[in-house]
Amino acid sequence: MLLTTLILGVVLGGTYALLALGLTLQYGIARIMNLAYGELTLIAAFLLVWAFQGLGLSPLVAILLLAPAGYALGWALYTLMMRPLVKRSGASGRLEVDSILATFGLLFLIQGVLLLVFGPNFTSISYLDRGVSVLGVTVAANRLVAFGICLVAGTALVVALARTRWGLTLRAVALSPVSAPLVGINVDRAMRQGFALGSSLAAVAGGTLAMYQTFSATGGVVFTMKALVIVIMGGVGNVGGALAAGLALGLVETFVATAIDPGLTLAATFALFLIVLLWRPEGLFRRR
Amino acid sequence: MRIFLTYALPLAALALLAIAPLYASAYQLGLLLGIATYVTLASAWALFSGHTRYISLATVAFYGTGAYTVAVLNESLPYPMVLATAGLIGAGLALVVGLSTLRLAGIYFVIFSFGLSELIRELITWYEVNVTGTLGRYIFLDLTPQDIYWQMLGLGAVTIALTAWIHRRRLGLALRVIGDDETVAAHSGIHLARVKLIAFVLASTIITLAGAIASPRWVYVEPSIVFNPTVSFLTVIMALLGGANRLWGPALGAVPLFLIFEWLSSDFPDTYPILLGLLFIGVVFLLPHGVLAGIEQLRQRRKA
Repeated sequence: MLLTTLILGVVLGGTYALLALGLTLQYGIARIMNLAYGELTLIAAFLLVWAFQGLGLSPLVAILLLAPAGYALGWALYTLMMRPLVKRSGASGRLEVDSILATFGLLFLIQGVLLLVFGPNFTSISYLDRGVSVLGVTVAANRLVAFGICLVAGTALVVALARTRWGLTLRAVALSPVSAPLVGINVDRAMRQGFALGSSLAAVAGGTLAMYQTFSATGGVVFTMKALVIVIMGGVGNVGGALAAGLALGLVETFVATAIDPGLTLAATFALFLIVLLWRPEGLFRRR
Repeated sequence: MRIFLTYALPLAALALLAIAPLYASAYQLGLLLGIATYVTLASAWALFSGHTRYISLATVAFYGTGAYTVAVLNESLPYPMVLATAGLIGAGLALVVGLSTLRLAGIYFVIFSFGLSELIRELITWYEVNVTGTLGRYIFLDLTPQDIYWQMLGLGAVTIALTAWIHRRRLGLALRVIGDDETVAAHSGIHLARVKLIAFVLASTIITLAGAIASPRWVYVEPSIVFNPTVSFLTVIMALLGGANRLWGPALGAVPLFLIFEWLSSDFPDTYPILLGLLFIGVVFLLPHGVLAGIEQLRQRRKA
């Protein structure tokens, strides 16, 4: 029983970690608090289902296509919507409020489009839903594949951010957007890349969610909320922290769902959020 | 002239609005009630968020809590007691949210408020399904639409009067300083957390009462009906359009937008949310400080 919860929790936590990684890139590097983030994951989830049922495309191929598509969408969103706000706010603190309001509007816009195109019903696909035994626990194969994708995508990103020159640039902008230009960094480009990369991760996470979960067009708020809470638990801009906190949330949620009630997963998220707020608002993994 | 504008004109308007239902048809009364509700919600929202720039996305969390309180208690308590209980519950909820988030940076408050209505909806649904065993309740109260309208009109008038009063007190000044620069506010001796908490609890109590007053219109109440996220969305856009840091700004934004939304939702039910989202983004981009501030800017440019 405990082992089952542990393994299912880790598998779910993998998707959450990836989800939060994208959001922490958008908020940490581009300084955009994106409340429409969950809607971006839903677009990807619906597209994956449509490609699988309509075109017979394998979800693995679909996710390979979703990643660059998410990047392109993020790039366009940043250029068309966020950049004018960044320019308008300049050095004043208005960007945070403006980006919250603009993406709140975007949330309803995307939700409206999703409702119009895909309808209000819960959607799911049956893909690789036979059981596989892991350490004596039966886990659906689709969950394992999804976890593998998250593992690969997450690790690749962490390594790229830590080891490459490009990653160094992004980290420099995250640390101090004011001093980054002094060493010849194009801040505008780095911010756009950070936002686009975040959207790409949202798309991949949405694709993996669609492989094993049911979802509906109005459920984006819950995904955004979970990603936000993970980001705060891990410490804003802290990639390793987001990964660890994502796994932790997956575990807690699976535990609550099996031991108490599956209808209380958001309550579990909020409980964690409250603990973090009251105990360590700067994040669980940030050095003081 | 000044006294006429600040006191006589609003009171005359209030008197006119109060006798309006005697001459209005049922449909017109419904529109009036809707307008009164949203003027109240937007004004109460702006009471806290307008000056401090702490964006609350949780309007419907309080509004729905008020409505649901009436649904639970309407058969066991006399009506005034039900309203009082709803107000107390709203204030208590706001205290919990405020105490855990308002001592920290604004972003934590926004995030908490963003998920709050979903959380409350989930908790109530869980409780009703697992403990009471019924999802969905009926409200049988002996109230005519006129009664509901008069109550809402009164609440709206109280909200605007309260805002005007606070604007002239130390509390209002403190809120404005916090909105301009929190560091400066802290250095001039303003107790940040307490000022924000007082304003937030006041605003949330009013919003909860608005939900409680409006609830008999539904008759049948279910968590998914009363916690409709569109209410939070509309409240924010109305206050922003008129100008959230002006006394009459939220009311000015609420009246035309409510009528536009009524028309859109009946004539374009499918594309309605898309149009709402576009309108919202348009307001954020084109009128970041609201119509009133925009008009003032234009006039100043004319003079110069």
